[in-house]
Amino acid sequence: MNNLITREDTNLVAKLARTIGASPKLATEASLAQAQAETNVRVGAAVSAGGMTIENLTAGFADFTAVSNISLEIIPNKITAIIGPSGSGKSTFLRCLDRLHEEVRGAWAGGRVLLCGEDIYAAGVDPVQIRRRVGMVFQKPNPFPTMSIYDNVAAGLRLNHFRRVPQLDEKVEQALRQAALWDEVKDKLQQSGAALSGGQQQRLCIARCLAVEPEVILMDEPASALDPIATLKIEELMRELAREYTIVIVTHNMQQAGRVSDFTAFLMMDEDRAGRLVEYGHTKQIFTNPKDKRTEDYITGRFG
Amino acid sequence: MCGARMNDQEQQPRREARVEPVSTARGLGQGRDHHWGEFLVENAIRVLGFSAIGFVVLIFLFLLQEGLPTFFRVELPILFGQRWYPTFDLYGTMPLILGSVLVTIVAIAIALPLGVATAVFVREVAPNWAREILKPMIETLAGIPSVVLGFFGMTIVAPLVRDVLGAPTGLTAFTGALLLAYMSLPTIISVAEDALDAVPKSYRDAGLAMGATRWQTIWRVVVPAARSGIITAIMLGMGRAIGETMAVMMVTGNAARMPVTADSLFRPVRTMTATIAAEMGEVARGSTHYHVLFGVGIILFVLTFMINLAAASVIFQKRRRGGLR
Repeated sequence: MNNLITREDTNLVAKLARTIGASPKLATEASLAQAQAETNVRVGAAVSAGGMTIENLTAGFADFTAVSNISLEIIPNKITAIIGPSGSGKSTFLRCLDRLHEEVRGAWAGGRVLLCGEDIYAAGVDPVQIRRRVGMVFQKPNPFPTMSIYDNVAAGLRLNHFRRVPQLDEKVEQALRQAALWDEVKDKLQQSGAALSGGQQQRLCIARCLAVEPEVILMDEPASALDPIATLKIEELMRELAREYTIVIVTHNMQQAGRVSDFTAFLMMDEDRAGRLVEYGHTKQIFTNPKDKRTEDYITGRFG
Repeated sequence: MCGARMNDQEQQPRREARVEPVSTARGLGQGRDHHWGEFLVENAIRVLGFSAIGFVVLIFLFLLQEGLPTFFRVELPILFGQRWYPTFDLYGTMPLILGSVLVTIVAIAIALPLGVATAVFVREVAPNWAREILKPMIETLAGIPSVVLGFFGMTIVAPLVRDVLGAPTGLTAFTGALLLAYMSLPTIISVAEDALDAVPKSYRDAGLAMGATRWQTIWRVVVPAARSGIITAIMLGMGRAIGETMAVMMVTGNAARMPVTADSLFRPVRTMTATIAAEMGEVARGSTHYHVLFGVGIILFVLTFMINLAAASVIFQKRRRGGLR
């Protein structure tokens, strides 16, 4: 009963913040204290701005089920890591969170995914709007090859404008600063993004994602194509971004999950090859004191 | 078992070679004796391959031999003059060059948006089953003989142009351009479609994830990324259009007038190809007229070569930049 009230309260705050056009921070701060106060993952926190609740999510392609019946809560302003062996449906799960999954031919998804308490799979919800609120960074850096660095960041902002975008320069600079790339590229904004190094390209992609001011950032193995130093930079950046954004990261690298994430979800495929959630909790607990035998085996490197 | 034995046999000479160089020579010699059939086939293929190049070179030399005298026999101001009256020794090729250029450019201007739009539709929008029907159909279009299209143009398109546009005759540059556009469409569509297909999925994902609609993603991300392939498609379409003879000769009216007035598009025009095809049968071999026709052939060749070169350089640039992956 107590829970229920909390949930509605935070929901209200979030909605209020959205309608008066304030930055999501307002709502976030209100719920932040609550989220931090909670020592365990609990219903309620995920309803506030940037929080997501996944209920019985099942998704796949044609007659193949990639993830089955996953329920978990993404806590706002925290980094949630999704780990698991190859083929356990981590990426599919992540792509369901911004409705990118359905863009693949034959893809389907069922269950509910709530973003700030609203079901993004409800009838009448425009996936394009969802994707502006939930940004995504991919495994391989994919800056648009024909655009300059500036245009790459501005691309998202220009989508809704037929003419000049107000304060475009400032917004591009801000996004590049947030992505810790500004100092490296400020003198060559008109150069092609493809000329940057891999790590810079990935930060450019993060800047492109930040420019549209999403609430949640999904990262699909963002550092797996990068060298250790670039990886470290991306990880620092993620810690930095977690102050303002909710981050969900899929990673193969367990050290990375341990280093950067606050919460960890362990996915594993069953005999039917569909990925299922095995365990979800604080990263520290998952890595030091896993409740499930399979989690322990995976963490200690016995398989996967 | 068998494979293992063969390995042994192969390795034996190598082991010997390390000890005694003399036996290496014997081993290799034996190998060649044993594979003289291989040697024969290899060389036969080499000869056939080079002969193909040789024929092309011979044709080119013949073209030069018959065409180059033009530039000595006819003064250049006349050769690039505005009047083509071979009977009066006036061999001004300008109307023919401009005629070809006008028809080709208008044809591409019509075919380009249609072709790219169709390619985008086939690759990005159409459901699987529609694509499976459309692709072979488009490729079949390329196989229609140009004389059939010319006939179709004469009996259907030309009267339409005359009646709808109010031109004095239906046999106009525009009619020719319409037919050429139709003929270059299959090339443009299939090459552009391949280019779109080669755009990595990650760019589409990036566009969609940024909050672009499907259409915005296609238009702002996928099509620009396939730019070089689409330019190649245009160049290939142009090459097909500028070299086309039969359909053009049937529907453009073949009047060698300078297409420089505003209404030229809706007046008869004469292209280089049509001129050569129409007049070559009637000239005396070795006459000035005969050589001029070959000269026109050289000009046409140079134009086509330049277009192909432009297309090739675009492809080359793309490769040098590391491609689009």
